Amino acid sequence: MLRYEQRMVLRKQFQAGLTYLILTIFLLVALLPFTGIVLTSFKERRELRDSPFSLPEEWKWDNYEDAWTGARFSTYFKSSVYVVVPVVVIAIILSTMSGFGFGMYKFRGDNILLFIIMLGLMVPFEAVIIPLWQLMGQLGIRDTYWALILPQVALSFSFGTFWMRANFKNIPTEIVDAAVVDGCSMWGVLWRILFPLSRPALVSLVVLLFMWTWNEFFLILVMASGDLRTLPVGLALLRGRYASDVPVMAAGSVMVLLPVLVIYVLFQRQFIRGMISGAVKS
Amino acid sequence: MFKKIMSQASNSSSEPTVKHGVEIVSTPSFSERLQSLIPWRRRTSAVPFSSGSQALLFILPGLIIYVVFVLFPIIGTIRYSFMEWTGFTEPEWIGLDNYRELMDDEDFIKAIQNNFFFSIFYTIIPILIGLFLVSLMSRSRLKGMFIFRAGLFVPQVMSPVVVGIIWRWLFDYSGPINRALSITGLQGVFESVGLLRRVTPWLGDFTYAPYAVGMVGTWVEYGLCMVLFLAGIQSISEELYDAAIVFGANPLQQFWFVTLPGLRQHVLVAFVLTFIAALRVFDLVFVLTRQGGPGRETIVTSILVYKNTFNLHRAGYGAAMAVVLATIIVVISAGVFWLQSRDSENA
Repeated sequence: MLRYEQRMVLRKQFQAGLTYLILTIFLLVALLPFTGIVLTSFKERRELRDSPFSLPEEWKWDNYEDAWTGARFSTYFKSSVYVVVPVVVIAIILSTMSGFGFGMYKFRGDNILLFIIMLGLMVPFEAVIIPLWQLMGQLGIRDTYWALILPQVALSFSFGTFWMRANFKNIPTEIVDAAVVDGCSMWGVLWRILFPLSRPALVSLVVLLFMWTWNEFFLILVMASGDLRTLPVGLALLRGRYASDVPVMAAGSVMVLLPVLVIYVLFQRQFIRGMISGAVKS
Repeated sequence: MFKKIMSQASNSSSEPTVKHGVEIVSTPSFSERLQSLIPWRRRTSAVPFSSGSQALLFILPGLIIYVVFVLFPIIGTIRYSFMEWTGFTEPEWIGLDNYRELMDDEDFIKAIQNNFFFSIFYTIIPILIGLFLVSLMSRSRLKGMFIFRAGLFVPQVMSPVVVGIIWRWLFDYSGPINRALSITGLQGVFESVGLLRRVTPWLGDFTYAPYAVGMVGTWVEYGLCMVLFLAGIQSISEELYDAAIVFGANPLQQFWFVTLPGLRQHVLVAFVLTFIAALRVFDLVFVLTRQGGPGRETIVTSILVYKNTFNLHRAGYGAAMAVVLATIIVVISAGVFWLQSRDSENA
């Protein structure tokens, strides 16, 4: 008979093994479709009869070239960058400021105001799209990048305000007190002292906003036509001979995924923590 | 309910003001009263933490954009939901007629039903998978966990359009899934037991399409649930399990009385995230079954809003649908938020 300690050690080892087994199976299920699409993006059409996980006979970039120039993914890519970069930059600045306003000050009606801003976290674009469309016409910015940027800045501002407010509330107020006593204005306190201190929260926010904006579909589908379309919409609306060309579609899909995945791999900690705690709070 | 949200928010927000010390004016009623008794204190307040006008200066730039591009449009949509309007002619006020029509609209009822049907796959199944697996797993920290955490989360960061394209390819009539079924001989097995009639074009089949779309939802969401619950289970004190074992609890009882209560918050978060995803789903269905086909078997509310507004030129009616959808989402979010705040008050 085994002694009690030995039994416990065995049980621990068995449980660790079981844990790894379960996690590996589900990890494979999560990643295999992605692997399949990457491999397919390098194949020729006749190779599609092979297993999706077989290696391509020859690693060629032809499908990527077709997607990039033939299916005009270069245009969509450019458009994506032109939309995502301004959205993230403007939203970060505005929500840092408002997060500071909500986090550092206490004023009458602040909770009501915050609640109104938080409505943006819950309301889908479907519920605002028609008046938005009209508004863009009235402002004369329909069919420009601004029509794609401003609504997304506004929705990102909802989440950003929320996120940065929590961040500023956690910063010890002694720091602010000391700076103000030394004659620093609140504007200076925000940008010169608290902004550098908020790096972790800012990184998470940048990463989350980047992903959401990069993947945004509905707004772009309605507001953008032709060259203004961003990558996901360009991919979804692919017509003509490329629409039935699985390898070219696969190459296009990889192009849509790659920027987000690269950023995700670099910042996965902040990413997961951000998504989870953002959800917990909202 | 709102009062509760407010009071909770203000409770938490009053914390930092305590740290400010006497010089700084803050608004909690007690200190306000104190300051009115001691007038010189007010004069020495160097830091304008209670100056609402200055706070507004920081909030205003973003707020203007938010009001113009989100708040006004929300109000506009609500207004249009009471109108008969093609989108380009003069709108006509018809009161609640759109909402009355919604209640008898078979397409709309089907869409809402589908949203809730998909929520089984988006919400219930991933949470059950997550709970079941996590209960089997070791509670101690293991090496290399971050790889699994990062990998399981990948479907969450992928563009739903790409997810749709990948799965449309996998589910294709001559796609990898059907070929795998026939190569392994499972196709024959399934046919002989009556599970399948023939080689199935999964997403084009009236019977199987809703399940196929639902399955993709499960694939997207289960990683989120596992990651959440894995984080949660490690925060449960090992002593609770020891105590349960001392009292003779079997593994099932341990799960029921220790694990599940310990994961309550995490389950709630997983629920609200995945449920809202199921209610809002648009791009995935748009790509996967080309806007809700075959027939209207996989149609969802957001697709119907899009179709009514832009294809059928019934913008007023589409607005009414959008209002109903948004209301459901806001009510559920607020409800869960309320549950959560009540939960943390009790804790």
